[in-house]
Amino acid sequence: MREVTIPISDDVIRSLKVGEPVALTGVMITGRDAVHKWMIETFIKKTRQPQGDDLEVYEAIRPILQGGVIYHCGPVVSGLDTKQYKFVAAGPTTSIREEPYQADVMQHFNAKGVIGKGGMGPKTLKGCQEVPFVYFHAIGGAATYIAQSVEKVLGVYKYDFGVPEAMWVIQVKNFPVVVTMDAHGNSQHALVEEDSKKVLESLLSQPY
Amino acid sequence: MRDLTNEILELIRRTSSDLPADVEERLRAAIEKEAPGSAARGALETILKNVELSRENSSPICQDTGTPIFYVKHPEGWSTRKLREQIRTALAEATRKSYMRPNAVDAIYDKNSGNNLGGDDFPYIHFEEVEGDELTIELMLKGGGCENVGIQYSLPNAALGAGRDLAGVRKVVLDAVHKAQGQGCAPGILGVAIGGDRGSGYVKSKEVLFEKLGTRNPDPKLAELEERLTQEANQMGIGPMGFGGQTTVIDTKITGLHRLPASYFVTVSYMCWAYRRRKMTVKSNGEVVYD
Repeated sequence: MREVTIPISDDVIRSLKVGEPVALTGVMITGRDAVHKWMIETFIKKTRQPQGDDLEVYEAIRPILQGGVIYHCGPVVSGLDTKQYKFVAAGPTTSIREEPYQADVMQHFNAKGVIGKGGMGPKTLKGCQEVPFVYFHAIGGAATYIAQSVEKVLGVYKYDFGVPEAMWVIQVKNFPVVVTMDAHGNSQHALVEEDSKKVLESLLSQPY
Repeated sequence: MRDLTNEILELIRRTSSDLPADVEERLRAAIEKEAPGSAARGALETILKNVELSRENSSPICQDTGTPIFYVKHPEGWSTRKLREQIRTALAEATRKSYMRPNAVDAIYDKNSGNNLGGDDFPYIHFEEVEGDELTIELMLKGGGCENVGIQYSLPNAALGAGRDLAGVRKVVLDAVHKAQGQGCAPGILGVAIGGDRGSGYVKSKEVLFEKLGTRNPDPKLAELEERLTQEANQMGIGPMGFGGQTTVIDTKITGLHRLPASYFVTVSYMCWAYRRRKMTVKSNGEVVYD
């Protein structure tokens, strides 16, 4: 399995191909529905004024996301009372909900990888080529197994979004993923969608 | 009345961390159908490693511990008010112990309650008085990824050429599987309700998922359709996680309801591979057993 260290360079990103299993090591940040909406509204489209600790958080996450990785994940975390945080279960959440936002977020922060499940659509695939970045697929539901590759929780931002929606900064070692959308316009998800559509059409045309 | 809070806490722990044997068996069998070295086979191998680890560590199989759906069947004389309180107390405690993720979010104010309790409807609890002297509590944890790909069709559906008959039902269910792709964490299990109104269709399409894998509808017409849908869904080649592969759907369960003359709904609930459902029984001698 190919080992890739975060932050990731553009050269490494362009060398990754659909179907390639990768073990990721370094620091990444979780972010899902609330985070993407917040990033777009507050800092990218600027339809909402920064409030509370928004600017402070923005400055703190920028260097992590530069060449970095966003993980679509709402973890189960222990040690909430004592702030001795530990990831107990941390598989990926469905990525397609971030389709309207993802490419713009990656562009804005110059981030190099998204980890999630289920794949994403054409806007994100175009962004993969332009920014460039890749989509890494983790195994949905394999939460305890994946949590084992999280060595340490370094911190948390926007805790008030709730545990699943907060931005958790984590140090990972050999985090297991597969590239399913690369920086050359290839998407495993688009291929499977297309092939299965043909079978569906043939099944629908058969008599009962 | 007996306090069952600790027993219910144990039910929640088991449901979240210990995948039922019938599901694990099917996932193991599915590995052999995928080519060595394929992403689909790799996904299933990882899934099974995760199942074993979660069981050993009493940690959630999936971080999305889902909507907790409780079905309580009680003999005469039990207080449903007290049982509801015990379930809620056990759920908050299970959340504190990290068996459950805090999952109840106020939709208007975007606030996570932090303990899996939210209003009167989270968790979802169904009570039913039954004959006999055994009390059973069944729990299903249904994750959001698979819940999001659930779908309801109103027949006839012109785009799919689906009329108001089982031939039409077959078409829309296959369409639902195609639409879901890998988003619902395939390989999945389909719960299908034919008829009802929009509300009862969704409720019943989940209720059938409490039954064991391989249990067929007693109506031979529906039993045949269940088998056929599983087999045809797998022809689409969507595969584990949507990577492409042989196993997309593990089983299909159909239930038929009465409908209004004007309505013909087909409701599909998609259950992810992390098919978490467990049952506890309080026997007449007071013994508590888990299945």
